[in-house]
Amino acid sequence: MKFGSPIRGLGLAVVALVVVAACGSSGGGATGACSSDKAKTANSASACGGLDALIAAAKAEGKLNVIALPRDWANYGALLDGFKAKYGIDITSDNPDGSSQDEVNAVKQLGSTSRAPDVLDVGMAVALANTDLFAPYKVQTWDDILTSQKEATGLWFQDYGGFMSIGYDSKTVPQINNFTDLEGSAFKGKVALNGNPKQANAALNGVMMANLAVGGTVDDISKGVDWFHKLKTIGNFSKTQATTATVKNGTTPVVFDWDYLSAAHGKDVPTWKVFVPNNAILGGYYAQAISKSAPHPAAARLWEEYLYSDEGQNLWLAGLARPVRMAAMQASGKIDQPAAAKLPAVNGTPVFLSDAQSTAAKNYVVAHWDAAIA
Amino acid sequence: MTTAGSPAVTTNVGRPFLGGRRFSLDWVGAVPFFVYVVIFLMLPSGIVAIGAFFDANNAFTLENFVHLNRSYVLKATIDTTIVSLITAVLGAIFGALLAYAIVTGNPDGVLRRMAVSASGVLAQFGGVTLAFAFIASIGPAGFVYLFAKSHGFDYYKDSLWLFEIPGLDLVYLYFQIPLMVLVFLPALDGIKPQWREATESLGGNSWHYWRHVAGPLLFPAFLGGVLLLFANSFSAYATVNALINQSQPMLAQQIAGALSSEVGAFEPGFAKAIAIEMIVIVTGVTILYTVLQRRTARWL
Repeated sequence: MKFGSPIRGLGLAVVALVVVAACGSSGGGATGACSSDKAKTANSASACGGLDALIAAAKAEGKLNVIALPRDWANYGALLDGFKAKYGIDITSDNPDGSSQDEVNAVKQLGSTSRAPDVLDVGMAVALANTDLFAPYKVQTWDDILTSQKEATGLWFQDYGGFMSIGYDSKTVPQINNFTDLEGSAFKGKVALNGNPKQANAALNGVMMANLAVGGTVDDISKGVDWFHKLKTIGNFSKTQATTATVKNGTTPVVFDWDYLSAAHGKDVPTWKVFVPNNAILGGYYAQAISKSAPHPAAARLWEEYLYSDEGQNLWLAGLARPVRMAAMQASGKIDQPAAAKLPAVNGTPVFLSDAQSTAAKNYVVAHWDAAIA
Repeated sequence: MTTAGSPAVTTNVGRPFLGGRRFSLDWVGAVPFFVYVVIFLMLPSGIVAIGAFFDANNAFTLENFVHLNRSYVLKATIDTTIVSLITAVLGAIFGALLAYAIVTGNPDGVLRRMAVSASGVLAQFGGVTLAFAFIASIGPAGFVYLFAKSHGFDYYKDSLWLFEIPGLDLVYLYFQIPLMVLVFLPALDGIKPQWREATESLGGNSWHYWRHVAGPLLFPAFLGGVLLLFANSFSAYATVNALINQSQPMLAQQIAGALSSEVGAFEPGFAKAIAIEMIVIVTGVTILYTVLQRRTARWL
C-alpha cells in the first residue's frame, strides 16, 4: 500500500531537520600586509592593502571552496576554469546541484573547517534570511550595482539574473506584442507557468509580472491573481507545469519564466521567442555572499573581484544570464555585444521587489491562488 | 508431585524451565517485521502526529488544525476523496472484469501469463513517466489529439480536461485497473468449477450462481480491492503533480506546498496537520470496510 510513503517521507524530512544543528564561529582580526587573518575582516580590496596584496594573500591560501555551482548553470564552468587559470588557485566545487538552502546548511554545519564553503551564490529569500552568516565586502566595481540590488554594507550583492518574460513558440501562436494578446482565442489552453506560485519563485514572479502589466502595483498582487482567474475562465490557462519537456513537445507553447531560462528553450525549439512587456519589467537576481567563517577569506574576496570584473560579468552573459553590471558595461562599451544580442531586448525601467513586497505577494497568493484558478 | 496446600512448592514446580510450557522463541522470527514497522511506520507517524501540535517556534498550538478549514484545503479534501472513490470503484469493476476474463482462459496459457506480467508492470507505472506518457499521446500537442483534431474530432474544444480532475481520473485508472487484476486474480482462482456444476445440477442458472454462490464469496475480496485502490489513489503524489501543477487538487500536494516553498510559505506544522487528516480519512474508510466485510462474510 502506498499510503505510508508520504508519511514516511515527512517523518524522515523532520528527522533530517532536527539533525541540522547550527554552529557559530568567530573571526579573528590581525594587522599588517594583507593576509588570511586580515582578509577575514576586510570589507574591500583596499582595506587589505589593495587588489595586488589581496591576490598575494589568496595565492598564499592556494585554495577556494565553492558550493552548488553547476558547471552548465550561468556558464559557471568557464568562470571556475577562468579563475583557476588566472590566479593558480585550486577550487573545490562541492555539491554542484545543491539548492540555496543546502549552501546555507553547509555553512552552518561545517563552520570554519577547511571543507566549509567560502562563498555562496543564493536566491534572495535565502540571502535575506541568513545575513548573520555573511561577511560584508564591497567589490571594486561596487558603484555599478544599483542600490536596490545590494545590501548597503555589502553583506550580499546581486550577481546575475534576468527579467520575467513570456516565452512562446512563434510557429504555434501569433506574435505577442502586448500582454493582453494572451487573452485571444489563439492562446486557448496554451499559457502555462513554470511551477506553482505558492511554491516556486519563478511562478510567483510570473503572477507579479501579470499584475504589473494589467495595472497592479508591486505592493498588491491581487490584480495579477484576478487576471489569471480571467485567463482560466476564458480557457487559455494550462494547469500543467511548463518544463523543458512540455516546451519541446509543444504542450506548453506559451510560458511565463525568467528570460534567461526561457531563451535557453531556443535550443530545442528554434522558433521560440521571448517577450518582456515594457510596462512590466520585473527583475529577479541571485546574490553573492562571503561566508563569515570562510576558511580561505582572501581567496573568497578575490573570487568576488573576479566575478564582478568585466571578464567575469561577460562570462555570465555568455551563459545567457544577465550580469548585474550589464547596464554600466553597455554604457562603457565593455559588454560582449554578440552575447548580449542573444537576450531579449528590454526597454524601460526594471522593478525589483523588496522583501516586504515579496512577502505580501506570497501571502496573498497562498490564500487566493487555488480558488482563483480551480 | 505436589500436594494441595503447599503453594510454595506449587510455584516452584509448576513451571519447569525445560519441558512442559517452555519459554517460547517463536516471536523472534517476527522481530525484523516489528522493527521495520516501528521505524518506518510508527516513528514517522508519531513525529507527524506530535509535530502537528507545534508552530514554527516550537510552541504548542491547535492552530494547525484550525487551518484545515481553509477553503483550498477543504476543496482538496473533497477532490481527493472523490477522485479516490471514483478511480477505486471504476478501477475495481474494470479490474475484476478483466481478471475474470483472464481466469476463464487457459490457466497456463500465454495470454494469462502476458496479462499478469503486464499488470505487474503497469500497476507500478506511475509518476512523472505516466503523466508524460498521457501528455505526449493524448495531450494538447500529442499525436493522438492532433490526429483526431485533423479528422474533425476536437476533444479539447470545451476545456483542456486532461489537466483537470477528469484527466486525473483517467490517468489514475491506468494503474488502478492492473493493480485490481493482481489482487483479485487469487480470489477468482479460489472459485472452483465444481461449485458451478453443483449449482447447475441443483437446477440453478447463471444468475443464481452469481447471486448466491460466487458473488458472496468474491465480495469481501472485491471490497478489499476497492480499499487498496482507494488508499493507492488517495496518497499518490508524483503523477498528479506532473499533470496538474496549479490549484493542487490533491491533499498530498497541499502537504508539499506547506512543506517546501522557495517563496517562504513554509508551515511544517500545518503540513503535518494535513497528514493527520489523511490518516484519519483512510482510517475511517478502513473501519467502514471492516464493518462491511463483517456483514458480508457473516453467514459464509
